[in-house]
Amino acid sequence: MASIGPVIAQQMHFSAPLSLKCGATLADYTLVYETHGTLNADRSNAVLVCHALNASHHVAGVDAEGATGWWDNLIGPGKPLDTERFFVIGVNNPGSCFGSTGPMHVNPATGRVWGADFPVQTVEDWIDAQWRLVDRLGIGQLAAVVGGSLGGMQALAWTLRHPTRVRHCVAVATAPNLSAQNIAFNEVARRAIVTDPDFHGGHFYEHGVVPKRGLRVARMIGHITYLSDDAMDVKFGRALRNAELAFSTQAIEFQIESYLRYQGDKFSEYFDANTYLLITRALDYFDPAAEHGGNLARAFEPARANRFLLVSFTTDWRFSPARSRELVKALVDNRIAVSYAEIAAPHGHDAFLLDDARYHGVMRAYFERVALEAEAG
Amino acid sequence: MSERRDFEVIAGLVPAGSRVLDLGCGNGELLAHLQRHKGCSGYGIEIDDAKVQACVQRGVDVIQLNLDEGLALFEDRSFDVVLQLETLQHLRNTEQMLRETARVGRIGIVSFPNFAHWPNRLRVAAGRMPVTKALPYQWYDTPNIRVGTFADFEVLARKNGLAVTDSFGLQQGRVVRRWPNLRASVAVFRFERR
Repeated sequence: MASIGPVIAQQMHFSAPLSLKCGATLADYTLVYETHGTLNADRSNAVLVCHALNASHHVAGVDAEGATGWWDNLIGPGKPLDTERFFVIGVNNPGSCFGSTGPMHVNPATGRVWGADFPVQTVEDWIDAQWRLVDRLGIGQLAAVVGGSLGGMQALAWTLRHPTRVRHCVAVATAPNLSAQNIAFNEVARRAIVTDPDFHGGHFYEHGVVPKRGLRVARMIGHITYLSDDAMDVKFGRALRNAELAFSTQAIEFQIESYLRYQGDKFSEYFDANTYLLITRALDYFDPAAEHGGNLARAFEPARANRFLLVSFTTDWRFSPARSRELVKALVDNRIAVSYAEIAAPHGHDAFLLDDARYHGVMRAYFERVALEAEAG
Repeated sequence: MSERRDFEVIAGLVPAGSRVLDLGCGNGELLAHLQRHKGCSGYGIEIDDAKVQACVQRGVDVIQLNLDEGLALFEDRSFDVVLQLETLQHLRNTEQMLRETARVGRIGIVSFPNFAHWPNRLRVAAGRMPVTKALPYQWYDTPNIRVGTFADFEVLARKNGLAVTDSFGLQQGRVVRRWPNLRASVAVFRFERR
């Protein structure tokens, strides 16, 4: 299937202050975004794509640096999220490191780079920031909001925060909150970063260094949790890097070690340490049921007019099917329209980024309905 | 098209405007019909990937679940009608699902192949397991792991405290009310919790 081809990111500046859940305010901010397809005459075909931990606004096509969008297998002409029918918006969240206002930028109040002082972000803050972009683009109501993992949490939060501004929510491989084990993985990653001597309390920019060691370890642990035991076994097993064991505690002996180090190195070259801290915290904090005494069904009461598609993957142990079923139950308890697919994919959490035929089949079928509805006006 | 008539007979048992849970909803045809023509709402439950996709395609809300895991997702009496059509013969936990059906719905409607239909009896009397239109499988590769009769279900319903409010057989699209255990290939029961 055809890809979108070259795509140029755009920017929008917002001068009205953004109040954050943490109590702080972003005096002004810029969002980087990209769009695909054409907004129809009655502006009813817009789909917002929310990104997860290490992704960005660059969802599809090829950007100026030659990089392919992170959800290019899903989004494009003739693809399940068809850019010939939808106007697709990818947006980079505040606090991220792909161009939107973040910790590597200058705090206008102090004239100093934000660093670790960048205000703590929540999923709800991001929804408010995204809402203004959607509003400014002249879209009264999104046809759908879609995301996987942390992006799925944002898609859910849209229906709780701005239920009348979105019709459909497509949330893949996500959860109503993180489990203790999940927070624990995030904490290990954060400790790896903040204990790196190059972190300098989050103000490493002015020292001209990057806490790469911490970022590498953070990425390595994250990567392990995104794969299933079986997927790792199939891909690497106990394969050795060299023909013979080196009997060294430091050298790379197994291919899995080589792979994790490579992933860690690559990640530390482009990802920002403060962003990693901020985004994992946003994950930890997301818990819409908390304000309702832990009652998830009550949390979803505002979403009664919305329609949902939830998808999970059987081997995803970081955002397991059981967590998606909790969401299904909360929606069913509210008599909300929901479809739920539980895909027997072997790849673990990463499956949401891959193009399994059953997964993309159900996504295509759902977006087909969304498109017909949008085209009917 | 006797299947079509079976379908219409079953649809006729569902009161207009009902909230329906269809266990083993297949490609969602019946729910789509009930939504379009009888103002019903609700969900289908299906385990098969292709059928789940078919439901989504036709705009029927479907939840992919293995019914052998029960109906923990659903609260007591949260549906007007729970349908279990041509499904119970595939379930390991038939009795538990029957109780779950009665717990979740105000009305339960069940249909299944009647093993006591006379051609089956003749076949068994001749010493072989039946292979018929309603039971088209050889004994060694049948997906029907529960084979029961119209009369057996009456006993099971009584045992579980279910009040049968209607029951009949279906034979080639016709409703059979006289001797259904002998004369019908499909058994249909409508029941409520006592």
